[in-house]
Amino acid sequence: MDTIWFILVAFMLTVYVLLDGFDLGAGAIHPFIAKDDRERRIVLRAIGPVWDGNEVWIIAAAGTLFFAFPVLYATSFSGFYLPLIIVLWLLIIRGLSIELRQHIDNPLWATFWDATFFIGSSLLAVLYGVALGNVVRGVPLDADGNFFQALWTNFSPTNPNPGILDWYTILTGLLALSVLVGHGASFIAVKTENELNARARRTTRLAWFATILLTVPTTVATFYLRPEMLSSFSQRPWGIILPALALGGLASMGYFSLRGWDKATFLSSGAYILGMMASTIFAIYPNVLPAVDPANSLTIYDAATSRYGQTVGLVWWIIGMALAITYFVLVYRLFRGKVNLEDEGY
Amino acid sequence: MDEAAILASRWQFAFTIVYHYLFPQLTMGLALLLVILKTLYLRKGDEIYNKAARFWGKIFAITFIMGVVTGIPMEFQFGTNWSAFSEFAGGIIAQTIAMEGAFAFFLESAFLGIFLFGERRFGQRVHWFSSLMIFLGTWASAYFILTANAWMQNPVGYETLPDGNLGIDNYWAVLLNPWVFIQFMHTQGGAVVTGAFVMAGLGAYYLLARQHQSYGRLFVRLGLIVAVIASLWQLFVSGDQEGRQVTDKQPVKLAAMEGLFKTESGAGIVILGQPNVEEQTLDNQIVVPGVLSFLTYQSWSAEVQGLDAFPREDWPDNIPLVYYSYHIMVGLGTIFVAITVIATFLLWRRKLFESRWMLWILMLAMPFPFIANTGGWLTAELGRQPWLVYGLFRTHEGASPLVSSGNVLFTLIGFAGMYLIMGLLYFVLMVREVAHGPEAEDEQQEMPQGQGQTT
Repeated sequence: MDTIWFILVAFMLTVYVLLDGFDLGAGAIHPFIAKDDRERRIVLRAIGPVWDGNEVWIIAAAGTLFFAFPVLYATSFSGFYLPLIIVLWLLIIRGLSIELRQHIDNPLWATFWDATFFIGSSLLAVLYGVALGNVVRGVPLDADGNFFQALWTNFSPTNPNPGILDWYTILTGLLALSVLVGHGASFIAVKTENELNARARRTTRLAWFATILLTVPTTVATFYLRPEMLSSFSQRPWGIILPALALGGLASMGYFSLRGWDKATFLSSGAYILGMMASTIFAIYPNVLPAVDPANSLTIYDAATSRYGQTVGLVWWIIGMALAITYFVLVYRLFRGKVNLEDEGY
Repeated sequence: MDEAAILASRWQFAFTIVYHYLFPQLTMGLALLLVILKTLYLRKGDEIYNKAARFWGKIFAITFIMGVVTGIPMEFQFGTNWSAFSEFAGGIIAQTIAMEGAFAFFLESAFLGIFLFGERRFGQRVHWFSSLMIFLGTWASAYFILTANAWMQNPVGYETLPDGNLGIDNYWAVLLNPWVFIQFMHTQGGAVVTGAFVMAGLGAYYLLARQHQSYGRLFVRLGLIVAVIASLWQLFVSGDQEGRQVTDKQPVKLAAMEGLFKTESGAGIVILGQPNVEEQTLDNQIVVPGVLSFLTYQSWSAEVQGLDAFPREDWPDNIPLVYYSYHIMVGLGTIFVAITVIATFLLWRRKLFESRWMLWILMLAMPFPFIANTGGWLTAELGRQPWLVYGLFRTHEGASPLVSSGNVLFTLIGFAGMYLIMGLLYFVLMVREVAHGPEAEDEQQEMPQGQGQTT
């Protein structure tokens, strides 16, 4: 049951990255691919009806994490105090940027919110990568199971008291940025036509190339810093399909992108993200929060709530997720197709 | 644990939650009014209802997004600032917090997208249906989060696990906590009061300014009818029930609310007075004898326990603030009843739209429901102190052990600065929407595409 909840929380976080990932990516590229106000409004309209719903996944995932693994929630959120509050500020700025830009028709107003949308989106993409990097590298948990990380110490991941930022987590942050840029660009390509579409495709290819360049050193560094992650794959060899999915996604993303098949490119990018997230989660299991000193690592068994709580949770979770997925299918179907600015909205 | 860090975390939570709740109380009230407007449009077919719904839909959307972005920090702060509490009680309160995400937020976000972007594409029935779903979503969200709060006020359905933390023992007891029914009635009533007063107040402004007068009359009429029902509901049904519940389950909170330091038979109700905790008296008091005993125990001479009946360490740690918050809420609630009853009488006599003095009052009343709702929540939460979970877990045990006061002050100042700017932006946008008025949408739609069209 602990394992089931571990998988369900991981599933929700992965869905969050897949969905909010493309609107974060869209934010990170929109100053570069959208050249005038009309094109910027098209980019915003492409994510307009869905970004808020995408973001609900992080709220729902955090809530689920909170009840299924209260100890993990408490430990990680307080330990990552500063970066998490910064994430909150960025989420606030970014949400306001998307919604408020359209309310005043003034070029300075629009430029201001374009800038905050860009900054918020790209920093969030980097920070999510940094966060995942921190979990993989391990955090300085003490014997009581608490930690508090400064934003940086000496930028070395082998420091017994590492900061949020070190060369390894910066690397994972940059990888996340390039992955989400590719994800967002391929989504914008699906939703647009003409020059905007062409520029989005070009950006997708650039991001694809950068992702390859960054995936290699990140993977090497991961197994260098955390050799025990390799043993997860040797103990449970079937897990190898997960990195294979990531590689396959990356390869087909390049192929479809050269062919100009936008939807297939977007889906391949999603497959890469899914593969990478699942591989990471698979490799750290049964830890949920590895510690610098492995003896202090938090496992799913230490962190979970009561069996009864998990069982009743499972019942409503299945109903709730079935409903949520129904809404998502409905909304994405209703708003399928290229963006048309003539449609109303306010 | 570091006292300064606990205090900073309390300030941060209090500040961010008070600020956050300014927005949902308006959206929950407006959600109901939007459903009414869309229903009127479908039944009567008069375009004015639909334009009014679109206008309030815009106000709703801006307010909603403010509520969303200020709401995310609330969930995260349980973990960031109150990790000891989260470990202790997460297995219970997070059940309903997670359910809020699964059942309410997904629903709201999906149908808000359809409501805002899909009226022309999907037609009026879908548009009406999406307004109904938004209403259900916002109110369901309130129910789930109130269940978490209700459990902290009145813990039920829990067991102590081997590691000393609590686990859920009876799901339905937590979800159907008797505390939550009354709390839900009173909180939602308060939200409707806010939404209805804002609608009526804005209508009064349009009438006074002689702009958009047909809309002004509609807003005043609809807002007022809803406001009078909601204001009475707050006093006679839900408020009264809320008072009895507190008397029954949290008598020390009641004593602090009333500024009753000494146990009394035939206790009076305080109209005015300042609690003096040092001397344990009420300065400059105006008291109507016997009324408190009657309201709480339905007997003019019943004994009401004062603060002296409880050990000092169980007293709320800020008695004056509990007392003032409560009295401001009740005082304003009484004034709302008076205003709306008189205005409704004028409306019935067909004199309201000519009675400019009453329109002035309705317009100026707009901010006060926000203050009353805030006062109510301060009463509930400060009155729960010194407990985080009533009777089980004290506030000073709950903070994150390794987060320093300096770090919390840094983020508190950051939130304060950011929220100040957001408040200004919100105000500017509201003033603009009000100045554009309900007809603005059409003017823009008739303009050729690309010429100043806001989308």
